[in-house]
Amino acid sequence: MELVLSIAIGVMTACGVWLILRPRTYQVIVGLSLLSYAVNLFIFGVGGVKSNLPPILQDGVDPGTLTDPVPQALVLTAIVIGFATTALFLVVMLASRGLTGNDHVDGRNDPK
Amino acid sequence: MNAWTHHLIIAPILVPLLASALLLFFDERKRVQKAMISLVSTIILLAIAFILFRIEGGPNSFDGVYLLGNWAAPFGIVLVVDGLSALMLLLTALLGLAALVFSLARWHAVGAHYHSMFQLLLVGLNGAFLTGDLFNLFVFFEVMLAASYGLLLHGSGPLRVKAGMHYIAVNLVAAFFFLIGVSLIYGTAGTLNMADLAARIPQIEPDRRMLMEAGAGVLGVAFLIKAGMWPLCFWLPTAYSAAAAPVAGIFAILSKLGIYVILRLTMLLFADGPSAGFGSEVLLFGGMATLVFGTIGVLASQALGRLAGYSVLVSSGTMLMVLGISDGAISSGALLYLVSSTFTIGALFMLIELVERGQDAGAHVLTVTMEAYGDGEGQQAEEEEGVMMPGTMAILGTCFAACAILLSGLPPLSGFISKFAMLSAMMGTGAIGTPLGPAVWTLIVLVILSGVAALIAMTRVGIRTFWSSLEGTVPRVLVIELVPVMFLLALTMILTIQAGPAMRYMDATIRTLSQPSVYIDAVRNAARVEGWKKPGDAGTGEP
Repeated sequence: MELVLSIAIGVMTACGVWLILRPRTYQVIVGLSLLSYAVNLFIFGVGGVKSNLPPILQDGVDPGTLTDPVPQALVLTAIVIGFATTALFLVVMLASRGLTGNDHVDGRNDPK
Repeated sequence: MNAWTHHLIIAPILVPLLASALLLFFDERKRVQKAMISLVSTIILLAIAFILFRIEGGPNSFDGVYLLGNWAAPFGIVLVVDGLSALMLLLTALLGLAALVFSLARWHAVGAHYHSMFQLLLVGLNGAFLTGDLFNLFVFFEVMLAASYGLLLHGSGPLRVKAGMHYIAVNLVAAFFFLIGVSLIYGTAGTLNMADLAARIPQIEPDRRMLMEAGAGVLGVAFLIKAGMWPLCFWLPTAYSAAAAPVAGIFAILSKLGIYVILRLTMLLFADGPSAGFGSEVLLFGGMATLVFGTIGVLASQALGRLAGYSVLVSSGTMLMVLGISDGAISSGALLYLVSSTFTIGALFMLIELVERGQDAGAHVLTVTMEAYGDGEGQQAEEEEGVMMPGTMAILGTCFAACAILLSGLPPLSGFISKFAMLSAMMGTGAIGTPLGPAVWTLIVLVILSGVAALIAMTRVGIRTFWSSLEGTVPRVLVIELVPVMFLLALTMILTIQAGPAMRYMDATIRTLSQPSVYIDAVRNAARVEGWKKPGDAGTGEP
């Protein structure tokens, strides 16, 4: 489980980093989305990887049989904020496309 | 602090938040009402910040811990006011008021929702200065960044959209660094409350300490991007010089927010114990590189906007280097320098737009954006009625000269006093007769060289603009555009005249900061408000 999770985070981060270094805005935004998924999974990971356990603390129940609720709360906030900023970035990308006529991050379309 | 003033702690977040929500109910055409709401909110904010500042300046400071929702400290979210937060709140309110008044002349009308975004920016800034919780800091950081994305694009145009896109991409990546750092710290220390974290860090076992320090380092990258440390700073001059003038003015404090967080966290978390002095080499050498890069940029920039952008880097570099040399325990002179340079750069950004209006470049951008937004006609007619400033060129020239003096650190304005206090504190670190370390000498040389560079660059631009412009027309400048600039410059003058009380305040602030236990105890022992009991609670003596 841990191995699968860490490989997934690693692959997504690598793809994300490669994509945000690309010259097209579409690639950049896909890269940013992938990075945000990787970061969200990472936040989940720091709480300890447990499956099918409740995050609610009860009297008389061993805390080892519970998941940590804080990373879940953090990840929820991070998802919401990441979603909003990605939407905003899309709008700016469209504005840039409209103003410059191409989707290069520097607004120019030089042949290589 | 009594019960009434205690609730003022949350007011710097609530007032602009409510104002920004209220502003959304008004149509864009009702400019006067929107401007009034925004102005009233900012003035209230200034009053609150001033009250908090006076309380913190008093003898029995540091009971300003506000438990949100009445939950005890490590479980709930806390807001903390100490000398440093109060100072930054006041700085934000003063700069915000100046930028807002400046924008009322014309800039607030060139795009939609300017006032809402401006108020949200203040929410984010104030929240980040007040919060005592790392994740809450992230939330307020994002609020501030989201508002700043909108403000940077305010006025539109290809230049702003391009700069805005780079700015957003860089800051989104910075937000990921922030999240990774925060979650690593949570995973190793088990808390996000800053005071609780500071108390727990010495007890972390060595094999986990490395992870915690890695988390703190990743977290630091996020703030260093904001503060503009080389090599994380290439977006900054472009973004700041592309922004509308009042927006660039208020942006002067965004880079100081990065410095504030680094100062707060290093003094709180890494003051002593096994992780003491963590990251100070990075700050020292990074600050040195930033200072050199900023100085070269100041000398090389042809446009005034870029010159001001590089001045932000010079000021950030100086602060980072001071932080690095003294292991976080900075002198009160450095704090004075932070205040003085924020006022200076804010005033300079706004002044540049007025000066360039007489030339082609600045006026051209504004005309284009006016056309793009499609309300050039009505706006022109409105503007003719504004009160013109008499003797425009003379006043603009004087303000420009004052900015040059402040940036280069010449007497008599506060640029000199603050640099002098900062450097003399550096020189006085060792006992008499002991030679100064190479780092201190480098800092002194670099700070003085950067001052000389600023003087050369400003003189060159000033001569070209004010003395040798044959075909340049006298810009049309309204009174309410020049008053904010003069207000900020007057503040630096007040800082000079009242340097004694200001230094005493900074000294007291630094003394409190250098004892993390004061902060930790204040947050941990913050008393919950009694008297609120649930109806079905088997209460103890509830009437």
